[in-house]
Formats: sequence, C-alpha cells, structure tokens
Amino acid sequence: MKNTYDIVIIGGGPAGLAAAISAYDNGAKDVLILEREEKTGGILNQCIHNGFGLTRFKESLSGPEYAARFVQGVRERKIEVLTETTVLSLTKDKRITAINTKDGIFTLQAKSVILAMGCRERSRGALNVAGTRPAGIYSAGTAQKYVNIKGYMPGKRVVILGSGDIGLIMARRMTLEGAKVLAVCEIMPYSSGLKRNIAQCLDDFDIPLYLNHTITKIEGDKRVTGVVVSKVDENKRPIAGTEMHFDCDTVLFSVGLIPENELTKEAGIELSPRTRGAIVSQTRETSKEGIFACGNVLQVHDLVDFVSEEAEMAGRYAAKYVLEGKTEHDYVEVLNGKNVSYVCPQKVDKNLDEHVKLFFRVTNTFKNCIITAKCGDKILAQKKKQIAVPGEMETLMLVKNKLSEIDGNIEVSLEVQE
Amino acid sequence: MKRTLTCIECPIGCEIEVELEDGKVVSLTGNSCPRGKIYAEAEVVCPKRVVTSTVRAENGEMIPVKTDKPVRKDAIFEVMQKINQTTCKMPVALGDILVENICDDANLIVTGNF
Repeated sequence: MKNTYDIVIIGGGPAGLAAAISAYDNGAKDVLILEREEKTGGILNQCIHNGFGLTRFKESLSGPEYAARFVQGVRERKIEVLTETTVLSLTKDKRITAINTKDGIFTLQAKSVILAMGCRERSRGALNVAGTRPAGIYSAGTAQKYVNIKGYMPGKRVVILGSGDIGLIMARRMTLEGAKVLAVCEIMPYSSGLKRNIAQCLDDFDIPLYLNHTITKIEGDKRVTGVVVSKVDENKRPIAGTEMHFDCDTVLFSVGLIPENELTKEAGIELSPRTRGAIVSQTRETSKEGIFACGNVLQVHDLVDFVSEEAEMAGRYAAKYVLEGKTEHDYVEVLNGKNVSYVCPQKVDKNLDEHVKLFFRVTNTFKNCIITAKCGDKILAQKKKQIAVPGEMETLMLVKNKLSEIDGNIEVSLEVQE
Repeated sequence: MKRTLTCIECPIGCEIEVELEDGKVVSLTGNSCPRGKIYAEAEVVCPKRVVTSTVRAENGEMIPVKTDKPVRKDAIFEVMQKINQTTCKMPVALGDILVENICDDANLIVTGNF
C-alpha cells in the first residue's frame, strides 16, 4: 500500500469492481479498492439464487458467478485490493482515513474517489411495529447471510413483512431448507418485487401474499411466538376487526434499502432527498469535483446489470478526470415531472458529446402510458409503455445530437393515454 | 383450457396466455421473446426449475451450488435432500461438479471460487 493513488474506490461490491476495471481500461492504472468484508463481491456473495446477468451476459448466473467475472477482471489487471478494511472518513479534498488489523489507522490521498458503498436494509426500528422485542426478528438480508454464508437456519415458522425481491427470495430459500413460510405481507396494493419472483418464489410453493396488509403486533417474551397481521385502508392505517394471528418463531423484514451515505455526507457532498444518494451528472460526478458515485450508494437498483453499467461510467469518467484534469461544465437540471418520483442523474452536462441515459422511477402503477423527457415544449425523448410500476426502474435515452437543443431544465414525466 | 403464466426467464416477467386442447398448446400470446415461448410450452406440460442452494464443505464453509439444468418442479425437495447430504473437500472452483446426475440429467455444480 502507498500513501497516494490516482483513484481510490470505496467498496468492493459489484459497483466497485466494475468501476475499477473500467477506470483501468480507460487509462488510470493506479487504482486501489477498499473493501470492508473478507472478500470482494459484496452482497452478490450471499445471493446464491440465479437470474443475474441476463441483460449483460445473456445468461442466467447466480450472484457468486456474476461476481466471479468481475473479481477475475480485477485480478487479471492486478488492481490493488485491501480487504477487511473499513473507511472511517472522507474529506472533500479526497483524503481517506481507513482502518484494518494489519496496517492500523492510515490516511491516503487520492486524485479521484469513487463511492461504491452500496446500501443497507431498513430495519424494524424504522417502521415502529408494536409489540415485544424478542429474538427471531431479522432483516431479510441478515437471514440470507445466516442461511447462505454461515449455514444457520434462523427459524422454522416464518412470517415475512414486505414483498421486495429479497423478501421473496428468502421466502423460497427458507422453504427449500425446511421452514414453513406462513405469509408474506405487503402494506402496498402491489408488490415491489419482480413478477417472476412472485411466480417462482411464492406461487411455486403456495406461499400466500397478503397485499394491503401489515404486521400490527409482534408477540413473544424470549423468542417470537406469533404476529398479528391486519388489513390496511387506503391511508395505510390498520382496519379494526381484520386481525389475523399467525403462530411463528421468526419474522423477516424486507422493507426497503437505504443508500449508505455517511461518508458522502461527511465530505460535504450534496444528497438528493428522493434517492438518498448523491446528486450527480451523467458522468456520476458528485457536487465535489473528482468524487464520483455509482451503484446502490447512488440509487437503489433492481438489477446488478445496471449497477455494473453505471459503475463503468463512473470509472471511465474518473479515469478521464485523473488523466485530463478538470473540464468546463454547462449543467441543466433534470426535474421530476408528473408521476415521476426521481430521475438520476439529477443534472446533465451539455458540454459532453455522448448519449445520456436517464434512470427513473414512477410513483404508482400505470397502464398504457407515455413517458417523455422535455425541455420547455421540445420533446427530447419519448417512449410508450404498456405498464409502468414503481418496483421497476425505467430508462430514457437522450441522444447526443438532442443535447444542443437544450436551453433550459429537462423534465421527465408520465402521462396516461386515454 | 386457458392458463395464464408469468414468465420467469428474465426480469420483465411477461404474462403469457396459453390455450390448451387435449394437453397440446394451440395458442400462445403475451411473450415478448422466443425464450418466453419455450418457457410457457414447457411450463404447461412439465414445469422445471433450476435449483440453487448451498453445500457445507468439510471445513464447514458454505459453498453455493446449482443444478446445471432445470429439474422437474415436483422433484425440487428430493434434490434439496440430496444437496443437504452432500459435502466436498476444499478448494473448489466455479463449475466443479459435486453430484453427477442429481436429477433429470442435471449435475450439481459449484457457483463460486473457494
């Protein structure tokens, strides 16, 4: 390990690995990856199910298989990796303080930093579920780590709150390992998980999905003994008289992911209240020059394929920044229009002569709709969708010759067609 | 007889309508790619799934594994039982076969490098 690097990447998950390879291939050879866990690969290591890589590799890989391709890429390029190393602080001048058991506490100076810390799960505490605080309550990802990495079963009779993909995947995984999954409860009228996961994780095993339902009480002294599940009204308030009781010893929470941006905040980087990630341009550069962000620390993705794509972009522009130095920007903002909850990137640099892919989510389920990116009255990009749902990230491509037409802010909106 | 299926081949999850007469597919709509057609035709006759799980190696580490082909859905728990009786010596590498022909001609293979 040296004291200075051209690029330091914080996080060795799918985003960090892809960013490193891309930075290297674009000419920045002096790259260091800092990873908190024993090995790189991030959350993919515990996602042993298949279905990864269909967009990128046109085949269905398990999480470890997908990760192995990037781990291999980093190894072939002899990119330096420090594992079991936790970053403690990041300054706006790109000084990184980290700690591990071999080197102790140390500080590095980087010319450019790529933030790739990923996200963490929302917990029971974020939901204020009533009841006791016994053993047997886990976030779905924690349970996944216990089962797939440690080889422990967290329980035998399970109720899952939240129908995000991790919750659905764990419903199947616990069932395969002999547990009985009694119910998956979802407070919303729709699941935020992929349709194929409803089919292959719940329907295949006759696991009931209760939409518009939530857990209103957890029971048990030392260990969970049961939960009360209630139906909710349109304001998500429990309806009296609809209570169902389930005898169970385990409750899993799969209720959303939060980008892990403590270091980002400390460096004074501007965050978006919508994505809870940094505000970036299409290069994935944050409000601090030379600091880039990609993957789930920037916006929570549905598919790792898009994480890799985004990380490669960040890696390429970080390399460009290191090799060519600061360039002049001409930013316009990208605004959330009607029925759109967020757009990433939040600003577009008109000086760049490249297509811009806008990632965004819609606020509700819409059928037969048309999605448009506009600047004033000018239509920059448009596409029709038979169905758009909040659980699936949407994209629109702004082709580069349209960028010169932009003379104000861009707005992305969704209209339902009559 | 009509059946509506959710395709599991990719994240789009197309809703596919299949019409069956005497157990034969007479019409198939809703798929947006050829993989969906193949999936739906197989699903109404004999549903199959790739099984993914873990095997505990002799040193105690958990090794991710999968069947290298889909196996009959009604054989999944049989396959799981066999997987949970399997162990392996370290090191193992991506693609190593741990159990030959665990079910329906499919092998159980390692999906990571350890």
